Amino acid sequence: MDDHKLSRRKLLGAAATIPAAAGLHSLISGGGVPGAPSRAAAQAAPGGDPHGGHEGFIHAAFAGRPVDHRRNGFNPTDLLRDFDYGKTRRLASGRVLREWEIVAHDKEIEVAPGVRYEAWTYNGRVPGPTLRAREGERLRIRFVNGSVHPHTMHFHGIHPALMDGVPGIGERLGAGQLEPGEAFTYEFEAEPFGLHLYHCHVAPLASHISRGLYGAFIVDPRRGRPEADEMVMVMNGFDTNFDRSNEVYAVNTVGFHYVNEPVRVQRDELVRIYLVNVLEFDPINSFHVHANFFQHYPTGTSLEPSELTDTVIQGQGQRGILELKFPFDGDYMFHAHVSEFAELGWTGFFRVGDPASMTPAAAAAAYCKLPWGGNGGAV
Amino acid sequence: MEAAARAGRAPGGMPAWALGLAPLALIAAAIGAFALLGGPGLGERSGPPVEEIAVEQTVLEPGRIELTVRNDGPDPVEVAQVAVNDAYAPFTSSDGAEIGRLGSTTLEITYPWVEGEAYEIFLLLSSGGTVEAEIPVAAETPQPDLGFFGLMALLGIYVGVIPVSLGMLWLPFVRRIDRRWMAVLIAFTVGLLVFLGIDATLEGLEIAAEAPGVFGGAALVFTGALIAYLLLAGVDAYLADRRGGAKGGALGGAYLALLVAIGIGLHNLGEGLAIGSAYASGALALGAFLVVGFAIHNTTEGLAIVAPLREEGASGPGLGRLAVLGLIAGAPAILGAWLGAAAFDPSLAALLFGVGVGAIVRVVVQLAPAMRDGEGRALYPLTVAGLLAGVAVMYATGLLVSV
Repeated sequence: MDDHKLSRRKLLGAAATIPAAAGLHSLISGGGVPGAPSRAAAQAAPGGDPHGGHEGFIHAAFAGRPVDHRRNGFNPTDLLRDFDYGKTRRLASGRVLREWEIVAHDKEIEVAPGVRYEAWTYNGRVPGPTLRAREGERLRIRFVNGSVHPHTMHFHGIHPALMDGVPGIGERLGAGQLEPGEAFTYEFEAEPFGLHLYHCHVAPLASHISRGLYGAFIVDPRRGRPEADEMVMVMNGFDTNFDRSNEVYAVNTVGFHYVNEPVRVQRDELVRIYLVNVLEFDPINSFHVHANFFQHYPTGTSLEPSELTDTVIQGQGQRGILELKFPFDGDYMFHAHVSEFAELGWTGFFRVGDPASMTPAAAAAAYCKLPWGGNGGAV
Repeated sequence: MEAAARAGRAPGGMPAWALGLAPLALIAAAIGAFALLGGPGLGERSGPPVEEIAVEQTVLEPGRIELTVRNDGPDPVEVAQVAVNDAYAPFTSSDGAEIGRLGSTTLEITYPWVEGEAYEIFLLLSSGGTVEAEIPVAAETPQPDLGFFGLMALLGIYVGVIPVSLGMLWLPFVRRIDRRWMAVLIAFTVGLLVFLGIDATLEGLEIAAEAPGVFGGAALVFTGALIAYLLLAGVDAYLADRRGGAKGGALGGAYLALLVAIGIGLHNLGEGLAIGSAYASGALALGAFLVVGFAIHNTTEGLAIVAPLREEGASGPGLGRLAVLGLIAGAPAILGAWLGAAAFDPSLAALLFGVGVGAIVRVVVQLAPAMRDGEGRALYPLTVAGLLAGVAVMYATGLLVSV
């Protein structure tokens, strides 16, 4: 709108550089000298809603009421700690057989307040259920395609080609691409231990994945991991206008959800985050937590962390386990360190203990308790 | 039968006006029935709703961006979210979230924009579609207060009234040159006007491209041109009738000069509009260079006005009449600047540019006969040279104001 390109107005560049006759220039420009908008905005900010209300621009945020989770059928807060262990029974051999049934269907979901998206889902949610098993178990996943499009379930893991959920492989035996109404049971061993994922592998791949057909797949080590407050974060995004770039970025689907409903954790308790990146159309995604560091276990395939860091970068399909403790009460931001993604929805908060206790005295007291810090209480 | 026809009655005995109205009434009844029955036989619409939004106005205030948007498409549209430079920003909508067909609303976006930066805004619709708006260079929108209107008036005077008036000072020169050179001068004027006409057409089309298509877009430019041309032609015929054809249809120099002034005035209206809107959107840095450029560019327009006055009376036209001509040609730039800065509307602007074009075409048509030589040819080496010189001068001085 502002660039109705009148040839006259293209003068502006030159006019700015050529010294104008001072009197005339000041006379003409006297009417509307632009102010200092950024300063004025900053003044407006402090009175506003700390999470980006209408008063000021504290950080990027959606306008209007929150997303209707009830209508979506899932709340990202619940998805965090919702692990689907399936049904188990012991085989004659003594091994555990773990079974799930997953149904694909098309469903309209709200990915940002007021923004509807025709998603393709596993079990009616995006991301699909977090399937969790233990190393060495026999897994049996019955997949029913209730969508009007062909789909598969392609697991990351170690398994025979027939169980790979890839079109063109095994159609004769009922596997491969599953047309609407068809079903197939994938069966394989839970290996290797670590954090994996599953997704649809029907072409066009970008379309089938970005529509919402993906989920986390956790294989616990035989002896398990230390007790912790565990949660799953699937970094995703939505190309709502189908131009092959995302309009909304998020963890667990709804942009800015964990700004509105911070992830509640306990002070000093070990927090374990299963972080999976399925983001389509962008080559990398990342996770950064504020005022803290975490141990990083890439793909979760080792019990030894590879790095103590506060930022981890993942390409599509990459994943890792993050472990950290929060020593201080308060609200701590986490977001993609790709600022664009962060401001288009991929931002949230951890709420540790009672944020009201975020006083300097409380922080000083907490500091004394740190194993690596503390100097008798004098901060 | 013949008697009936003479009495304005149809063979069936119905009055003519009733015959004229009957089809209208039938059409109204058919449309009503069709609407009441919900379009029988058409079934449900196929495909998703069509969502088109045009951004009509952008206003920047400290910490805020206001977009006035119009629903350009056939279906209601809901703006769900707004992102500025890839960051979602809080906003409110003056007329609710949903915009009906042809409806408009003002989105007030909270965003700490910084002067001189460029911004891309995308409106995320409830369907997931996006509409983009661009702010090439952010600058605070001037408040339309008295001082601002004064500034725009001053600008209009600088680029319109003064240069045109200065150009009219060529009158004494014009009155002394002989008839042969006069034809060249008229050709020169025609050259100027042709250039302005082409320039205005292109600018009008460019603006129309940004206007909501539902109001006509590019067609507005041509409609405006047609309206202006026909109106001026009508005025011509009316004045000729009143003179009773005493001059054998030939137009007086004074009348021609008035026509040229009107044509140029309408053109300057568009020019003022362009300057005002560019200034309001911060896309125009005002400076002496710009004003000087316009002055040189528009001075030649003054020459075009006085060229037909060569044979006007023994002592020439009075100063008062010259002043009026100058105002007719130059003052619309002031009006245009006000309009463009305070209430720029791309549809209206496209129409006005078209009006300017139509006026110029009409003036060219009427000036052209004055280029004729003794054998009735309009195009011969001297006039062709004059035409080309006119185009060249406009092109060259145009460079000063279009970098």
